[in-house]
Amino acid sequence: MSKKLQINERMSSATNAGKSKYVLQLFIAGILPNSSRAIQNIQKICEEHLSGRYELEIIDIYQQPSLAVTQNIIALPVLIKKFPLPEEIMIGDLSDKAKVLEALSI
Amino acid sequence: MPEIEKIRRPTFKFPKSPTGIQGLDDITLGGLPKNRPTLLLGNTGCGKTTMAMEFLVNGIEAYNEPGVFMAFEEKTDELILNVKSLGYDLDMYLGKNKIYLDHVHFDTEAIMETGKYNIEGLFVRLEQAINKVKAKRVVLDSLDTLFFGFDYKILRSEFKRLFAWLKEKKVTAIITAEMGSAFLTRQGLAEYVADCVITLDNRVHDQVTTRRLRVVKYRGSVHGNNEYPFIIDEKGITVFPIISEPLDQKISSKIISTGVNDLDEMLGKKGFYVGSSILVSGTAGTGKTSIAAAFALSIVNKKMKCLYCAFEESPSQVMRNMKSIGLSLEPMVQKDYLRFYSSRPTLQNLELHFISIKKLIQEFKPEVLVLDPISNLMTEGPNSGVRLMLTRFVDYLKTLQITVMFTAAITEDLIERNPNDEGISSMVDTWIMVQDAEADSERTRTCTVLKSRGMAHSNKVKQFLISAKGISLKAIPAAKTKDRDNSPEKNRS
Repeated sequence: MSKKLQINERMSSATNAGKSKYVLQLFIAGILPNSSRAIQNIQKICEEHLSGRYELEIIDIYQQPSLAVTQNIIALPVLIKKFPLPEEIMIGDLSDKAKVLEALSI
Repeated sequence: MPEIEKIRRPTFKFPKSPTGIQGLDDITLGGLPKNRPTLLLGNTGCGKTTMAMEFLVNGIEAYNEPGVFMAFEEKTDELILNVKSLGYDLDMYLGKNKIYLDHVHFDTEAIMETGKYNIEGLFVRLEQAINKVKAKRVVLDSLDTLFFGFDYKILRSEFKRLFAWLKEKKVTAIITAEMGSAFLTRQGLAEYVADCVITLDNRVHDQVTTRRLRVVKYRGSVHGNNEYPFIIDEKGITVFPIISEPLDQKISSKIISTGVNDLDEMLGKKGFYVGSSILVSGTAGTGKTSIAAAFALSIVNKKMKCLYCAFEESPSQVMRNMKSIGLSLEPMVQKDYLRFYSSRPTLQNLELHFISIKKLIQEFKPEVLVLDPISNLMTEGPNSGVRLMLTRFVDYLKTLQITVMFTAAITEDLIERNPNDEGISSMVDTWIMVQDAEADSERTRTCTVLKSRGMAHSNKVKQFLISAKGISLKAIPAAKTKDRDNSPEKNRS
């Protein structure tokens, strides 16, 4: 995993003022099929449902292994909805769209 | 067939990592498989965590191998506190960067599965931890907590991957899991993934708990495959294998008097060998304690030390009763040549008795130990376990050259049923039997030496007299013998 895989997508919340902004963290382990699927899936969901009001941080745990301890990560990929509260944790490649939407309360 | 002899000579020694746990390294002939994972199975509270922790701490202390302890149940501060009672100062090892503790908590209730995943996060954490302290030993405690709630299909492959990964990292690992763990049983994984499987068991029999250990599987190595009792005390874990003490103890040819002149006469060397074990068996009220007390007194009178373990009567009772037959023990207690250890057998279980006695031995350093009676201890727990522990205990005494005398109350029907072996007779060197015979409307005590290893002994049944002057043995009058036999000669004469 030589290439640093850190994609920070920051979308301004200018358009959908009034509705809360989503802060999401996706932890992956290198460029494995599960990782790419999870990235594609979450990006698609965000674009479709949260366009303009989300902040998605994709973190490769291989690059920042210490986060595995501080964030208490075992299963990967894992998506953490930091905001709005309550915090939600979703493990897996996010291919079960209905479950993801439910967890994100969209 | 010299060629075959040559081929079969074991030149290859399987690489092993010693656990430093007393007894376990003997059973496994050197320890756990080096650089491989071992599965430690057992029910809740049977000592898995303690054993795993001892493996790590011994690794640091004795073999300079740092360790990683990954706990899925206990928080690290709880863990540190819990093992403190076993005398392990984990804070010190943490300070020296010799141990790495990680608590992994995973609340699957609050987690949603949304598709395929793996437990790569665990590997990342483990790798970090291993690198941080340059660990050679790793403990994962326990698998069930880690895997609880996860998808079985995913875990099956992840479990295998974990074992392969640990091997690749060249660490000697212990992975604990519940006995009959739903995960392991359902997948049947333990059987073929692990190179070594050890089970711990905590059985309650007659309200007494006995812990047992068994090496179920050890790929590439021979191992003791019996169940071995083990104990956990403030010194950690001790497994009691019989093979633990090699049978090449120092053998003494020194003789120690029995304390009864007439009994000395019955033994070819006029006494017991120093460091041997003596069983005095007999039915109730035949004078076993008197023989033991006479022996103890003769020892302390020679300014040697004796530890007297009384399991039936209180020390004051023993002293009072023995005084009535001219054996004055009390002054010797005051001079501290004689010490009593007394405890109701029901108060503690057997393993704790042996631990307490061992401690007293280390402190008091007696030349002679009396266990009066051992049969009281034997009511505790299943007999096989007692026998195993007793054998181990006798071996321990032999290495210290301590002469031990057991008394055992044995009912007559038991002797009739099984005259040659009532459990402990095979492990003792000298066996004296006292009996009560009824003849001429009076009861006569008799005494006989049934065996005495390494010396000739009298095969006579002697009359056993206890008076205010002590113990004496007399030849049974010929007429009396005839009477008792009710032989036809008597009628003829």
